[in-house]
Amino acid sequence: MRNLLTFFLKHQFFSLFIVLEIISFVMLINSFSYQRMLSFNAASDISGDVFNTYHEIAEYFYLKEQNQQLLSENAHLHNLLFTNFFPPDTNYRGVKDSSYLYIPAVVIRNTVNHINNFIVLNKGKKQGVRKEMGVISDKGIAGIIIGVSQNYSVAMSLLNTHSHISARIKKDDQLVNVIWGKNQRQLGMVIDISAHIQLSAGDTIITSGNSFIFPAGLNIGTVRDFEKSKNHDLNKAKLQFCTDFNSLHYVYIIKSLEKKQKMKLLEGAENE
Amino acid sequence: MNNVYVKNIVRFVLLILFQVLILDTVQFGGYVIPYIYLLFILLLPFDTNKSLLLILAFFTGLSIDFFENTLGLHTAAVVFMAFARPGVIKFYFPTLEHIKGEEPGLLKLGFSGFLKYIFTLVFFDQLLLTFLEVFSLHDFFQTLSHVFVNTLVTLLGILVTVMLFTSRHRKRKY
Repeated sequence: MRNLLTFFLKHQFFSLFIVLEIISFVMLINSFSYQRMLSFNAASDISGDVFNTYHEIAEYFYLKEQNQQLLSENAHLHNLLFTNFFPPDTNYRGVKDSSYLYIPAVVIRNTVNHINNFIVLNKGKKQGVRKEMGVISDKGIAGIIIGVSQNYSVAMSLLNTHSHISARIKKDDQLVNVIWGKNQRQLGMVIDISAHIQLSAGDTIITSGNSFIFPAGLNIGTVRDFEKSKNHDLNKAKLQFCTDFNSLHYVYIIKSLEKKQKMKLLEGAENE
Repeated sequence: MNNVYVKNIVRFVLLILFQVLILDTVQFGGYVIPYIYLLFILLLPFDTNKSLLLILAFFTGLSIDFFENTLGLHTAAVVFMAFARPGVIKFYFPTLEHIKGEEPGLLKLGFSGFLKYIFTLVFFDQLLLTFLEVFSLHDFFQTLSHVFVNTLVTLLGILVTVMLFTSRHRKRKY
């Protein structure tokens, strides 16, 4: 024991190096998969406050762009207003309560040039944000919440190697998956396309609604390139995301009100 | 003596904030990010205790990781760089003499000396950082080219930063 101690004291520099590296690697393991990231809460109020303060100053430079985005979204929502449609048929009584709640949030930090990108939002636990809620921009989906603190939350951007979204091809309802095409900047990849499906550039990919994170039918992106591989059963295609990650200022966090119920149902079915 | 502490604490805070608020979010195209915060470790005085060097590197990396949501990633890389620092200084400048509290800066090492000192250490940091971040040997050469690009951009950023501040000191002297 004493020998060991003297050894460590003699090689203090080297042993300290090893110890610090081991601590780093143990911490690093938390970012190796989506599940691990989820169990390890990344968000904190301190970093959130720093980003928020900075954002409040830097925000003034984007005001024009932000106004334009909000304006175009308002126009879109106006088009959906009830008064714009024909009056409903009084014989039809389909009452549907809302099953998704939208929480507006401001992006206080967003990166696009890292290998794993994150979005920091100014809404947290106090405002009802929880892990595994979807984040959408005005144009399409943007990410999934993986960490929440009291006042802030951190979302995994679609531009993240661990991002894996269940999706559907709009024109023929086929299920596919969407990941990030890491080597092409800001392009996604549609994977697991069955061999008999023929995609063409411009086809829309939407959310499937299977994961309970996003409602079905939200835009993810449009197909850019479709190449049929000869030796694989499942094809791939390049995807242009609808969300412009370079100018992400305002987003909505989607709270699924039926998620717990659906999960319980699914668990019950699996146990039987 | 006191001056050294104050100077380094101010430098630490400014570099970390500059890194996480500006450099990490600005787009230079592709995956390019200059990691100028490394300057804090690179410019610590020659006579800094070796163990203290490692501990400072650990907390520098941890601060960056804390803001980046990448706990452990930068920490591992910066600690590795700090571990290599005394060896690299000894290797490149075996006969260099220094007074107490003197920094391995541009004026001390000379332009070419400073350049190879920075390049070697930043390269070590980027090598570990990038391979840990990608965490696969798939596309090995692409990852390696990525390491080189980021090293060069960081080098450029560090040179610009150092020159800006050095010239100001010189002006003050005259």
